[in-house]
Amino acid sequence: MDLFAALVLQIIYGIANLVLISIGLAVIFGMMRVINLAHGEFLMLGGYSVIVATNNGVNIWVAMFILAPLIVGLIGLIVEWCLIRFLYGRMVDTLLATWGLSLFFIGLITTIFGAQTATTISAPFGAITIGEYSSSGYELFLICIAVLMIILVYLLLRYTKLGLVARGTMQGADMAASLGVSTQRVYSTTFGIGAALTGLAGGLLAPITGILPTSGAIYIGKAFITVISGGTAILAGTASASVLLGAINGIVAFVIGPTMGEVALLLLAIVLLRLMPQGITGRFFKRSL
Amino acid sequence: MNRSRETKALISIGIIGLVILFGAPHSLDLFSVISLTTAVSLAILALSLGLIWGFGGILCFGQTAFFGIGAYAYAIAALNFGGSTGAILAALIVAAASAALLGYFMFYGRLSDVYLAVITLTVTLILYSVIRRTSGPEYKIGIAKLGGFNGINVPPINYPWDATQFLYPEHVFYVAMVALLLAYFLCVWVTKSHFGRVSVSIRENELRSELLGYDVRLYKLCMFTIGGAIAGLAGIMFANSIGRITPDVFNLYNAALAIIWVIIGGRGTLIGPVLGALVLFYMTSFLGQQSVVNINLFLGLVLIVFVLVVPKGIVPSLIQLWDQRRSRRMTARSAKKMRRRGRSRVKEAPVEE
Repeated sequence: MDLFAALVLQIIYGIANLVLISIGLAVIFGMMRVINLAHGEFLMLGGYSVIVATNNGVNIWVAMFILAPLIVGLIGLIVEWCLIRFLYGRMVDTLLATWGLSLFFIGLITTIFGAQTATTISAPFGAITIGEYSSSGYELFLICIAVLMIILVYLLLRYTKLGLVARGTMQGADMAASLGVSTQRVYSTTFGIGAALTGLAGGLLAPITGILPTSGAIYIGKAFITVISGGTAILAGTASASVLLGAINGIVAFVIGPTMGEVALLLLAIVLLRLMPQGITGRFFKRSL
Repeated sequence: MNRSRETKALISIGIIGLVILFGAPHSLDLFSVISLTTAVSLAILALSLGLIWGFGGILCFGQTAFFGIGAYAYAIAALNFGGSTGAILAALIVAAASAALLGYFMFYGRLSDVYLAVITLTVTLILYSVIRRTSGPEYKIGIAKLGGFNGINVPPINYPWDATQFLYPEHVFYVAMVALLLAYFLCVWVTKSHFGRVSVSIRENELRSELLGYDVRLYKLCMFTIGGAIAGLAGIMFANSIGRITPDVFNLYNAALAIIWVIIGGRGTLIGPVLGALVLFYMTSFLGQQSVVNINLFLGLVLIVFVLVVPKGIVPSLIQLWDQRRSRRMTARSAKKMRRRGRSRVKEAPVEE
C-alpha cells in the first residue's frame, strides 16, 4: 500500500513536471502557432537567475517567484521585439531563428559563467515519509505549483480583458484585427507571458536538477512532444498530454527503468500523432481553452 | 542555355572532386588527410539533408539521427561479423529502414513542417539520452558493448571480403571521397529523374500535386528513406575517420550544425550544403582552438543572420547575383545595339530565373 502511494506520488510528480516545463511553450504555440526552439534556454535562464540571485544573498522565494519570471519575461519581450516580429507567418524561419537564438544563449551563458558552473542551491524543503518510503517535500510543492499555474492561466484567459482579446486573436486574427485589436501587441504580450512562465518553471526546477549552460536540452524533447501531442488548446492540450505521457513514462520507468520510460513516452507520442495528427485537442475537447 | 550551364557546372564539380580525390593524399600530411576525411563524411550528411529539405521540402531537424544510427550499426555489425563488407551493407539497410519507419508514422499521419521538424529533433534527443545510459555491461548487441557515453571503438574498414587487410587512413580518405562523389551524382540523378521532379512539385504545392494524382505520402516517404540511407553512409565514413563513435553524434549541437550547413550553403542546390559543411567544419575547428569567441555564440548568430538576411543561402544568392549582372550587361549591350539602329524604345532583355 505504501509502495503504491509512493508510486502514485511519483507518477503525479512526473505529470506535474511535464506541465511545468511545457506550459510556457504551450501558451506561445497555442497563440501564435510558433514553436520556440529556444524554450529550453528560457528554462535554463530561469534557473541561472535563481542561482545567481540566491548566491548574491537574495531570498530564494523572491528569486524564484519574482526575479526568474521577470527576467526571463523581459528577455522574451526583447526577443520578440528584435527577432520574432520579423518572421510572423513564416513558421519554418521562426523555428530556425529561434534555434539560432538557443545556440546564442548557450554560448552567451557559457562565456559569462563558464561551461561547468557547479554552484547549486539546495531545495528548501526536506523529505516527507509515506510509511517506510520517503519522498521529497519539494516535489510535492512543485505538484501544487503546477496545478496553481494551470488555474492561473485559466483565470487569465477566461476572466480578464487581455484573456478575451487573446482568445479572440487565437480564433481569428484577421477578425480581431478588423475589430480594432492590435494583434501585434497581443502576440508580443503572449510571448512575454509564455517566457515568464517558462522562467518561473526553470527557476523552480533549478534546485532539483542543478543547472548548466546546456541544461535546456534535457527538457526540450519532452516539452515539444507534450505540446505537440496536446494540440493547440493551451490548457486542455497541455494537461491531457501531460497526464497521458507522464503516466506512461512513470509506469514504464517503474517496471523496466527510467531510460525505457522516456522511450515509451516518445513512442506513445509518435503513435498518438499518427492517429491524431492535430494532437489530442484536435480530436477531443475541441472547444476548450 | 540553362541546361548547358548546369552540365558545365556538373562536369567542373566532377573534375574538382577527382582532383581532390587524387591530389589531397599526395600533397597533405597525414593529420590533414584524416581531418579532411571527417569533413568529407560530414559533407555527405549535409548532402542528404540538402536533398530531402531542398528538393523534397521535408524539414528534418534530426538528420543526425540516421547518421548516428548508421555509424552505430556499422560499428556493431563490424564487431559481430568480424569484417566491414557486410557491416557497411547492414548499416545502410538499418539507417534506411529506421528512416522509413519514422517516415511512415510522420508522412502517413500527414504531419506538417513544424510538427515534422520537432518530432525528428525529439527522436534524435531521446536517442542521445538512451544511448548515453547504456554504459553497463548488460547493454550489448551480439558481442558489441554499446558503452554508454564512452561509445564504441570502431574496427577500421577492410578490403572487401578480406578482414585481415585493413585500410590505412589515406585509403579511408579515398573511400570517403569516392562515397561523396557517388552520393553527389546519385542525388543529382534523383533530382533530375521523374521521381525528383514530382518531389519538387510536392515541395512547391502539396495539394496541387495530390490533385494531379500523385501519392504525396509515398513520394515523401521514398525521399526520406533515400536521405536516411545517404546519412547512414555518412555515418559509416565518419565512424571510420574518427575510429570511435559516441552518443554525442545525437546531441543538439550536431543536429543544429547539419541545419546550419544547409542554410548557409543554400536550399535547392546540392553543392551548396556540401560546401557549407566543408567551410563550417574548418571554421568551427579553427574557432575551437581559440577561446575568444564561444562557438555556440558564433553559430547562433550565423544562423539568425542567415535566416533574417540571406534566407536563400550563399550559393543560390550568388547564382542570382550573377544572373542579374549578366542580364543587366545584356540589357546594356542590346540597348547600345538599339541606339546604333536609331531606335528610341529599349526593350528589356528577358531576365533569366
